Amino acid sequence: MSRVMGLTGDEAIAYAVKQSNVDVVAAYPITPQTIIVEAFSEYVHNGEVNTEFVCVESEHSAMSACIGSSLTGARVFTASSSQGLALMHEMLYIASGLRCPIVMGVANRALSAPINIHGDHSDMMGSRDCGWIQIYGENAQEAYDWTLQAFRIAEDSNVLLPVTVNIDGFILSHSLEGVEVLEDGDAARFLSTRKPVLTIDPSKPITVGALCLTDYYFEMKCQQAEALKETPKAIDQVSREYESLTGRRYSFIETYGLEDAQAAILCLGSTAGTAKAVAKNLRSRGKKVGVIKPWLYRPFPAKEIVKAAENLEALAVLDRACSFGALYGALGNDVVSALYQEGKKLNVFNVVYGLGGRDIAPFDIEAIFKEALEVAETGLVKEPLKFVGVRE
Amino acid sequence: MSKEGKPGWKSIPLGGILLEPGSAMKYKTGEWRAFKPIVDQKKCINCLLCWIYCPDAAIIRLEKFVDVDYDYCKGCGICANECPVKAITMVEEKR
Repeated sequence: MSRVMGLTGDEAIAYAVKQSNVDVVAAYPITPQTIIVEAFSEYVHNGEVNTEFVCVESEHSAMSACIGSSLTGARVFTASSSQGLALMHEMLYIASGLRCPIVMGVANRALSAPINIHGDHSDMMGSRDCGWIQIYGENAQEAYDWTLQAFRIAEDSNVLLPVTVNIDGFILSHSLEGVEVLEDGDAARFLSTRKPVLTIDPSKPITVGALCLTDYYFEMKCQQAEALKETPKAIDQVSREYESLTGRRYSFIETYGLEDAQAAILCLGSTAGTAKAVAKNLRSRGKKVGVIKPWLYRPFPAKEIVKAAENLEALAVLDRACSFGALYGALGNDVVSALYQEGKKLNVFNVVYGLGGRDIAPFDIEAIFKEALEVAETGLVKEPLKFVGVRE
Repeated sequence: MSKEGKPGWKSIPLGGILLEPGSAMKYKTGEWRAFKPIVDQKKCINCLLCWIYCPDAAIIRLEKFVDVDYDYCKGCGICANECPVKAITMVEEKR
């Protein structure tokens, strides 16, 4: 049995955390994430959850408290955005290096300067190499569903890595949607309690975070890289189980219209929703276009993306973050590398859009599709990297 | 296992956790030392200031004077600096 609730993206994440039997939440407020921990602190205040809520003085401390709690075997959640995520940066690496299965909701927001509170992916892309599993949701429903699944994925004994569930700041974090939620009992059965592999226990002392110099550090990092590479197996297993419970099927990527598409857009998060709506409209007018939406960004689902793109003649990759000085944006670089590695020659151009929350309207998306179709026809990429929606 | 006899990434514990307590004893940090403290036991008044200040607990208390545990002394020189009777001198290591 399930029911539909009116929830914003932030509230949807908070509601999923409420149903996840979380032991510790340590967080610091920052727009546009604040509602996640604000809503959750109400559950704590009302006695609706049995969670230790730690009010800390900064995001650096929030992640530190999360790491310490996670090492005791607790199930841990936190949330952040933008400058807060940047302040956590060094602790993000410690969470993954110590193999703490923490789940963090990130309401993506632009980085300063100039100061801006609106949505883009600069914050998470700035920490993309931190060793966390990184998932992007398209809407509040996906934010809810992925948050529940994230705990299972993180805590899988073959994974033991932290997970971020990303939602676009304001566009998702503050927009009210109908969200189909599980009954508490079903959520509890899906998640049960964390079964830690190794924990801090005074009766069986271990040392965590010991100095590792030239003789062992490299092995540890290799072990971590291999663990991240293995996570798709756990994600596949968890998403199948979640499907049997909810009927909603998640995977590494979602595709739309690719059965006959000549040209497609590949993008993360809420923009994929706009892209699908525009593609539907164009397809009804006989234009063969499609959409590829990676749910999973790290580990990067290269094989799935290349397979999805196998019949395309042109691909536009949309980045909502700027990788200053690089050939492409972060996503663009990954996609081009994946195609090259698989020996697939496809005409790709990269679009940087929506920085600082600049709206990406259906007509912008339509223009990108038209350009992609032109590239498919001519086989020529005029501009490999362009900024769309910016004034000259 | 590598050719140096150290375990590889497949066999080290998860996340670099040390399962055996007290294993720091096995790490002989004395190898880091560039200058070695030498105690003049005739000058030593056994005040134990060096023992209090030593950050590595590498001062050994004897009945009438102190000695240095060279397995763990990193040669920082704090003991020589703190000694009120200049009983400790730092001598360059010859390796």
